[in-house]
Amino acid sequence: MKIWKQFSLLLAAVTACIAFGLPAPASAASKSIILATTTSTQDSGLLDVLIPIFEKESGYLVKTIAVGSGQAMAMGMKGEADVLLVHSPDAEKKFMAEGFGTTRRLVMHNDFIIVGPASDPARIRSAKTSVDALKRIAQSGSLFLSRGDNSGTHAKEKGLWKGAGITPAGQKWYQQTGLGMGLTLNVAAEKKGYTLTDRATYLALRKNLGLAILMEGDAKLLNVYHVIELNTAKWPKINAAGGKAFADFMVSRKTQEVIGKFGVKKFGSPLFFPDAGKKPETLGL
Amino acid sequence: MSGDAGLLEVENLEVVRGGVRVLEIPSFVLHENEVLSLIGPNGAGKSTLLLALARLLPAASGTMRYRGEPISSDRSTFAYRRRLAMVFQQPLLFDATVFDNVASGLKIRGMSRREIRERVMETLELFKMVHLAERSARKLSGGEAQRTSLARAFAIRPEMIFLDEPFVALDPPTREALMADLERILGETSTAAVLATHDQLEALRLSDRMAVMKQGEIVQNGPPAEVMNCPVDEFVASFVGMENVLTGRVVDACEGMLTLSLAQCRIEFPGSAGIGESAVFCIRPEHITISNFDPDAETSARNVFPAVIRRIVPTGVFQKIHLDCGFSLVAYLTNQSLANLHLDEGKRVFVSFKATAVHMIRSGK
Amino acid sequence: MDLLVDGFAKAIALLTSLDQEVLAITLLSLKVSVTATLISLVLGISSGTLLALADFPGKRLIVSIVNTGMGLPPVVVGLFVTIFLWRNGPFGYLDILYTPTAMIIAQAVIATPIVCGITVASIQNLPPNLRLQILALGATRLQMVLILIKEARLPLLAGVMAGFGGVISEVGASIMVGGNIKGYTRVLTTATVMESGMGNFDMAFALSIILLLLCFAINYLLTRIQQRERPR
Repeated sequence: MKIWKQFSLLLAAVTACIAFGLPAPASAASKSIILATTTSTQDSGLLDVLIPIFEKESGYLVKTIAVGSGQAMAMGMKGEADVLLVHSPDAEKKFMAEGFGTTRRLVMHNDFIIVGPASDPARIRSAKTSVDALKRIAQSGSLFLSRGDNSGTHAKEKGLWKGAGITPAGQKWYQQTGLGMGLTLNVAAEKKGYTLTDRATYLALRKNLGLAILMEGDAKLLNVYHVIELNTAKWPKINAAGGKAFADFMVSRKTQEVIGKFGVKKFGSPLFFPDAGKKPETLGL
Repeated sequence: MSGDAGLLEVENLEVVRGGVRVLEIPSFVLHENEVLSLIGPNGAGKSTLLLALARLLPAASGTMRYRGEPISSDRSTFAYRRRLAMVFQQPLLFDATVFDNVASGLKIRGMSRREIRERVMETLELFKMVHLAERSARKLSGGEAQRTSLARAFAIRPEMIFLDEPFVALDPPTREALMADLERILGETSTAAVLATHDQLEALRLSDRMAVMKQGEIVQNGPPAEVMNCPVDEFVASFVGMENVLTGRVVDACEGMLTLSLAQCRIEFPGSAGIGESAVFCIRPEHITISNFDPDAETSARNVFPAVIRRIVPTGVFQKIHLDCGFSLVAYLTNQSLANLHLDEGKRVFVSFKATAVHMIRSGK
Repeated sequence: MDLLVDGFAKAIALLTSLDQEVLAITLLSLKVSVTATLISLVLGISSGTLLALADFPGKRLIVSIVNTGMGLPPVVVGLFVTIFLWRNGPFGYLDILYTPTAMIIAQAVIATPIVCGITVASIQNLPPNLRLQILALGATRLQMVLILIKEARLPLLAGVMAGFGGVISEVGASIMVGGNIKGYTRVLTTATVMESGMGNFDMAFALSIILLLLCFAINYLLTRIQQRERPR
């Protein structure tokens, strides 16, 4: 009996603590924006550096939803995000053409690389282009791991296969993980297979993997990030002002400097190259 | 109020369950200070009647008056329920100490802590279980648990208590001790009570009046001696221990005495019926005497017949003797008499019983 | 093997150094799941008691539905709650998607059928005449219901444990309706998924150990209460 009473008291106390201790969501609502972006920007740690700066300067609370580029754009199409930071240029062009976005600005790039076991069974190290490298993997029947998650990386990979004239889907040597970049790299390391990855994630995880860079530097392997503001004509609830503030922040000179320096200390080389104001053509696109 | 005033009066009480009428009581009265037993076999409707009397069955229809006030609205039902108590076959104790269990009805009534403490201790004393006050209900023996359940019911000082076979799950010594205490407490507190039981000895011991139930109806209702000795039908007769229920033909009726013919025998007893009619009658086994010689000369018993002992069945204190005198009879003898008479299966003896020991149940064509 | 040792060492280090971020994540996990459990207790115990005591046609169907709901997959709940809370969804005006409030709602939806189902079972397991006995003691209907719940408290405590265990360890709904926003809606499970997605297995492992310790601590507390109440 007594214990029961004590327990009820405890419950009541805990309830009270929690009710008063919770962050009040309503007050933050008007001053918050939803940023739909790719896992690679979050996983590399770049957003953890940039967003606190933006929040401090603008007073907005940024709700970062890190998903694949495909899902990020789907959120944009439904009006469930205020601004996008994505890296899937072909899909982005379609997105703009359909009128979901108002402005799309180049922010930065890094590059994709093909990694695999150092023994390189398909001998792609000597390949001249990325297309050539993929052909060799296909011909030798060496295991290739695909994200298979409709992310920007996956879109890039599909584009490369198409360019090589190969249909990998259904082949015995082609496996889809359905996982994020970090986990896919780990699967590739475990299974001693090849995979396409962005350089930033690879560098962040390199020490645990035992995978080597076997193909890099091809213009086709560039990984370009754009920031897209959304069209309130489609969805009036979109926080256009907040979205514009974030987009302007991303291409500002100060932010671009931060991007250029990010990762230098830890990895010896930058993970992203600032490109604001440049024409896409100058990157070979 | 006088002893004759009806404390609880019920009319046309009916309970329908699943489209079947399981209880039909045209009228029922419980008097002040009275202990009434409901007896009958399992399924006769004793529990249903108790629940209906306590207003715990929603499906009951009929009118009820308590001290002359009708119980109809929700409010009057609730007020009524607070003046009674009920004890079930299972103790149904709460998962708490004996003290808290006995206090529960008082807590429900919002009494002060001090009052509760006083009342609970008083009640525990009444039930001789003060030493168990702090024990968890889960650690009680079956007898202690049922005792706690009774104490919980009496703690609220009910004006009326309904007891639904409270002793049925207990072993004989425990049952005996608890019954003795209940008898004493019912007397001391002058609480009116309705006790459902299928044990006629329990009913005889505790009650002022007995009501026999069968298939949802009260078939006989009266003082225990009347019900025991003058059952209204074969059902009541067999249920109250009248093992000799016989049927014969009336051959003579004169000055209030009947003579019946049954097998080769002529049986005489007081009663009235037409000659040629058949009559059902009964004799309690303990009223039958057995002897080795024809006692015609020295006995006042009018009914004496030769008989053969078919079987002797020990039933504890008594031996149950099955006799054949052209019709079957059952008699009880103590072990002592059995030895004195040198009785054995197959032996020829004489049975005798007084005309007044015979009770006629009914006659007809 | 190295990973296990490293992860364990890191978990201890994070705990002992009271790492601010890990501490905040742990506290948020607790806040969200405890609040959700409390809400589910209120909803689940009241609806479960009602369901156990009331008699109406279709009761069996509803009890079956509740029992099915006890195994509701968190991702399914997450998806439905997300759709309802979308800006352009039916409850979009609340503007609570990607907030701890949304996570509490989703977790409460997961835990309520668990608590409700266990409540129905525990109340129905009480002796059938107990209800009548309580009424015969002079109780009002409300008093009767409260006493019945009190009588069923030990199995109900198991319901609390099951509900809490279900929500603190779920990730599907939290990540969908919360979004795993750093410093805002990131809880132990979503952080674990993210860290392992990034390949930071030692960190993921450390977070898992904290989660396990937390579950253990709460269940240990509740089990102690349960055992203290129970004789022998």
